[in-house]
Amino acid sequence: MSILSLARFQFAMTTVYHFFFVPFTIGTAFIVAIMESMYVHTKNESYKKMAKFWGNIFLLSFAVGVVTGIIQEFQFGMNWSDYSRFMGDIFGAPLALEALLSFFIESTFIGLWVFTWNKVKPGLHAFFIWMTSFGSLTSALWILTANSFMQHPVGYAIRGGRAVMVNFSALLKNPQLWFEFGHVILNAIMMGGVIFAGLTAFQLLKKRSISNEARIIYKKTMRLSLWMSLIFAIFGLVLGDMQMQYLVKEQPMKFAATEDVYTTTGNHAPWTIVGIANTKEHKVQDNIDIPYVLSILSYHKTTGAVTGMNELNAQYKKKYGKNIDYYPPVNTLFYSFRIMCAISAWIILVSFVGLIMSRKKSGYLYKHKWTLWVLALTTFLPFIGNTAGWFVTEFGRVPWTVYGLFTIQQSVSPNVSVASLLTSNIVYFVLFTALAITLIGLIVRELRKDPTQVIEPKFKKVLDPFDKEAF
Amino acid sequence: MSFLQLLWFVLIGVLFAGFFFLDGFDYGVGMATVTLSSDEAERDQMVRTIGPVWDGNEVWLITAGGAMFASFPFWYASLFSGYYLILMLVLVGLIIRGVSFEFRKRSPMPQKRIWDWALGIGSFMAPFFLGVMFISMIQGMPIDANGNFHATFFDYINWFSVVGGVALTLLTYLHGLNYIALKTAGDIRQRANNVAQFLYWVLYVGLIVFALMLIFMTDFMKVHPVATIVMLVVMVVLTIIAQVAAIKGKELTAFIASGLTLVALVGLLFIGLFPRVLISSISPRYDLLIQNASSTQYTLTVMTIATCCLLPFVLAYTIWAYWIFRKRIAMPVITEAK
Repeated sequence: MSILSLARFQFAMTTVYHFFFVPFTIGTAFIVAIMESMYVHTKNESYKKMAKFWGNIFLLSFAVGVVTGIIQEFQFGMNWSDYSRFMGDIFGAPLALEALLSFFIESTFIGLWVFTWNKVKPGLHAFFIWMTSFGSLTSALWILTANSFMQHPVGYAIRGGRAVMVNFSALLKNPQLWFEFGHVILNAIMMGGVIFAGLTAFQLLKKRSISNEARIIYKKTMRLSLWMSLIFAIFGLVLGDMQMQYLVKEQPMKFAATEDVYTTTGNHAPWTIVGIANTKEHKVQDNIDIPYVLSILSYHKTTGAVTGMNELNAQYKKKYGKNIDYYPPVNTLFYSFRIMCAISAWIILVSFVGLIMSRKKSGYLYKHKWTLWVLALTTFLPFIGNTAGWFVTEFGRVPWTVYGLFTIQQSVSPNVSVASLLTSNIVYFVLFTALAITLIGLIVRELRKDPTQVIEPKFKKVLDPFDKEAF
Repeated sequence: MSFLQLLWFVLIGVLFAGFFFLDGFDYGVGMATVTLSSDEAERDQMVRTIGPVWDGNEVWLITAGGAMFASFPFWYASLFSGYYLILMLVLVGLIIRGVSFEFRKRSPMPQKRIWDWALGIGSFMAPFFLGVMFISMIQGMPIDANGNFHATFFDYINWFSVVGGVALTLLTYLHGLNYIALKTAGDIRQRANNVAQFLYWVLYVGLIVFALMLIFMTDFMKVHPVATIVMLVVMVVLTIIAQVAAIKGKELTAFIASGLTLVALVGLLFIGLFPRVLISSISPRYDLLIQNASSTQYTLTVMTIATCCLLPFVLAYTIWAYWIFRKRIAMPVITEAK
């Protein structure tokens, strides 16, 4: 095992695991904020109980999201020190701003939100969760600013062997950033909807009796969550389409790999629905093609050629050097992309049908087990879809860490030993597994509670420490 | 060295000082939950004192790390890759401690004890290994011309770095005890105060050993003799103030004094390092200096503007949050774990 492969494995493991909780947290925080705002608006107590009940699920995810996030900040220096030296001038600023602008807001207001139920005015209390949500949304903006630069460098110069920032606002105007940010945020909120709808379905499937009030809370949650997942999944899909058209122009290699295009297509590009890329001979086998569709997907019209990877590779060899090939892992991209799209389409379908079936008149959804099971099992799909999406983005960058500027090979810490890397990989793996098991257990435990009876521990309030006595 | 480079060196120091002042008492309270409590209700009571604020306090560390990456990428890269396993242990501590707050609250009784221990052990690991890291760092590490560490076990773990780790742990523990005394009512308040009064005698011994080792095992006395002596004296004076205040029951004074002791320690380390950020034991030529480890003037300018705009708001709502949670915490009437 080389330090490079171990460091790459660690990056994949820690980011994928962290990103289970990031959209989970962003999405559920947003929906809980809506629930609490409905309480403030309607003064209906059941919305308050709803916000509290689902808020506890959000908090559990938040806890794991926060601690796995710390690893991210540290590991650039720990595993990728040469990358940090090369990119620090540009990459560090968004990270520092993320902490300064987003993490402080998020962490301070979440503390206020958790501990001031019934102690401050309802409007102010709802403001706390909105601030938490704002913090989590903007934190995505900053980290994606850094990531977008790696995908599509802008506003920089190379001086003394390192990338330096020459225009900060160019970083924020990077089109890649706004596609990525929109895509991540919309799908995160969609994910929140899918999770709440799915967990509600699990509750309704249980045999034990549910009080009337609890049933009302569940049904309200179901409607709200399905609306959220439907609306945001559709927006997400539209944005994903825009992003792909941008990729055709700006990152043709990534695009060609996700569509298995080795040789440049004719003017009516066919779309490969399934196929296996032979990465040694650089051609596609056992493929089923649909005529015209790739042109339509790429340019929204029936004509338009798509440049193939072989031609691009030849171009890059001229531009960046002949020593290496510039093919990303084609099969990974191809299938990740299809899995992501299929899940997204499935969620739109389920949300739409679910909304029709759960109307008050019909109520079909609640009367049949199979419909609830479909929803319940859909809970797990966004986790897979998100991971697949990041696979497309990040594996599509191979062999670069910063596109066209710095390779993965150059980025790794030269002085960290295989033994150290192996140790940390094992430690994180064991820790993550333990956390996942505990978290699932606690979420199940939390869900078993009756949403009408979520209570907080009470403490007597005595003595102000700013009394004379304390000084 | 430009003004902005100096400013950011100071700011990194300020962020670490803020981190130790604030998250320091969280670690102390975390350790006290397993060492000072007599029952579950008391543990709930103690954890509740830091419940609303610990997360925000930890962000000071995240900000310090991010700011170091942004303003001194060469320092960040060398330090973090050089202290690979030590930082992994810090991370493990921060992770098990970070989840324990939420997990212990939601777990039934036997499992809840696991998370109490995770809180206690995690709260010990973070300051101890950070102490080891900082103290081995100021002794000089084998850093080559490219800024990479080639250190062996005894470069990391030696008498002085272990003393440093213990000293930092003890300082945060005392800081936590002062915080508990300030923020609780009932038995635990008195117990925390009593233990603190006793531990201050241990701390004096620790401080003397620490000062002697600092004088003989680092080059601080050669580089900045006056400032080093002054900062050591300040630390001792603050400790005396904290102890006297603890004996007299002036809890807020004791708490502020123990926090400032931690700030003074960070000050001592940063002054001693100046104008370097990392000391190479191979050759002074390989020292990382403020002037060659930093980002460009442009990035530092962007960061300075952003910080000036954002930091006042951060401080304002942080103080506001502390004001909202200013009341003392009594024993819980109902605990959620049934």
